[in-house]
Amino acid sequence: MTATVITAERQPAQRRWLPRAGIWLALLTAPLWLPLLGGYTALAGKVLVFGLAAMGLNLLLGFTGVLSFGHAAYFGLGAYGAGLMLKYVVPSTPLAMLAGTLLGGLAGTLFGVLIVRRRGVYFAMCTIAFGQIFYYIAYSWNEFTGGFDGLRGFHREPIGFGALTLDITDGTRFYYFSLVVFAAAAALMGLLIDSPFGRTLRAIRENERRARFLGIPVERHIWLSFSISCFFTALAGTLYALLNNFADPLALHYSLSGYFVIMAVMGGMRSFWGPLLGAAMFVVVQDYISSMTVNWMSFVGLMFMLVVLFFPRGLLGMLRRRGSA
Amino acid sequence: MIQLILFNVTNGLMIGAFYVLMALGLSLILNLSNVINFAHGNFLALGAYMAFMLTPVVGFWGALLISPVLTALVGVLVELLMRFVYRRDPVYSLLLTFGLAFVMQDAARWWWGPNPLQIDMPEVLKAPLSPDFFFITWYRVFMVTIVVATVIGVFAFLRYTRLGLRIRAGTLDLDTVSALGVNVRLLRTLNFAVGCLLAGLSGVLATGQIGLNPNMGDDLLMPSFIAIIVGGVGSLTGTLFGGLLIGVAAAVTAAIYPAASEVVIFILMLLVLLIRPRGLMGEEGMLS
Repeated sequence: MTATVITAERQPAQRRWLPRAGIWLALLTAPLWLPLLGGYTALAGKVLVFGLAAMGLNLLLGFTGVLSFGHAAYFGLGAYGAGLMLKYVVPSTPLAMLAGTLLGGLAGTLFGVLIVRRRGVYFAMCTIAFGQIFYYIAYSWNEFTGGFDGLRGFHREPIGFGALTLDITDGTRFYYFSLVVFAAAAALMGLLIDSPFGRTLRAIRENERRARFLGIPVERHIWLSFSISCFFTALAGTLYALLNNFADPLALHYSLSGYFVIMAVMGGMRSFWGPLLGAAMFVVVQDYISSMTVNWMSFVGLMFMLVVLFFPRGLLGMLRRRGSA
Repeated sequence: MIQLILFNVTNGLMIGAFYVLMALGLSLILNLSNVINFAHGNFLALGAYMAFMLTPVVGFWGALLISPVLTALVGVLVELLMRFVYRRDPVYSLLLTFGLAFVMQDAARWWWGPNPLQIDMPEVLKAPLSPDFFFITWYRVFMVTIVVATVIGVFAFLRYTRLGLRIRAGTLDLDTVSALGVNVRLLRTLNFAVGCLLAGLSGVLATGQIGLNPNMGDDLLMPSFIAIIVGGVGSLTGTLFGGLLIGVAAAVTAAIYPAASEVVIFILMLLVLLIRPRGLMGEEGMLS
């Protein structure tokens, strides 16, 4: 077991940077080649947003080994936090993103205290139930959140740096803005995972009992991991609100949590970039299917079942296994 | 005044009865197989639609008997699929039932259409008990009777039959039960079928109360989760009281401040978990 872990993490330098360069190149040039393939820039934006959310979730799911099925709540809180800030308080994009991220992240941190004492499916069940609170609040509080129709009446504002102004109202520019945010968040996540803290999380994933005997405060680490992943997911949520200039209750619903989980699993939840690839596959497939048929739910549901039954390691998991074999 | 209080409490118990039936089935499956059945609400809808198809043929009473059994049979088929994921990380069983819920809901929408349907109830059930208590129809009395009888039946089954004993033992330690020579695969299948039977039964009963539509079970799923958490995972008695408690709480809040009726059950859950993290009657160490 330990031997495989070591080989998986210490690959030759060349094999490590090549895929990374490919991912960044694809992301940087997406607005150029995506329209040629019949896509549109907002689709790439969606991949980035969901990819960031799924990567945030994966800190918990893949790297700590704890299953949350309620991350849509913190994603949606990020979206609503940003939207409400823009609509009611100040028309400033950075402040809106800060507000949304703090709202979602702090809510996750608080709820985490109650949830982390549980494990396995019971943990998952608590995350679902806790997450749905915000869905019902957004759904019933018509005057403030727009209820079922969602929150409208705000739009992303140009960002001013002193004399310079960055206009992100245009779609492609907003994509690059999202990419910068995404890159910063991904770099932070990478540092975190490679830090002693990140290695402790993986130790808990591999053998919780042994980690406990080594004197690691397991509950506190899982709580921190939950909290941090909620902050990243909430950040993705703020980008989602800015992308659509809209926030709807479905961004809080547990179905979206399920989507995040399948993105992470489909791409490969043991790898850093897996969730991003999973998000790309999911967003493209869903976009394509829902434009083709009204029965898209069946196809998405079947996709879930097929991935679970036949591709449980995800794309990168399979590639890596083939590479090492 | 007394009428108003009675009205709300009856409503609450009525809704609570659905939560209880749903949650008991979910709880059985969760305790033994360690699986959260996201598709449970869709089994409920399946039971209801089967009753819709059967009523013209065998009448409402016949449908009430047959459609839960048919739902349980579908449950057996689904359980065969679940066998692939029991030994894996819980993430896979959750994703599997989650995907299944999507497929079942879409299939129902495709087969029976998105619009609400109605079942022909026997005239007897439509009439109110008395003009003063217009809100208590015979249907509601009948429904509560069935639910009470079913709950007693389930508990008696678990308490007094050999199969029930094995299910309870399996909840505590499935490996040991298996080592003692019990066919654990069959046990899981039967247990899953019983859970689906309960869902199917609540589906038939729900036709008279909330009507038939492809996502009729969705609104019941989340409260059932909460009933289980509030009652405490691992305890069926807890699930029973949890369901009734949140049913009454939701109904009473709906009378005082309707906008909060959905949020109040979550607040109840938060309070319970704050004061007693394992739930009202949960056992420490269960599923953890």
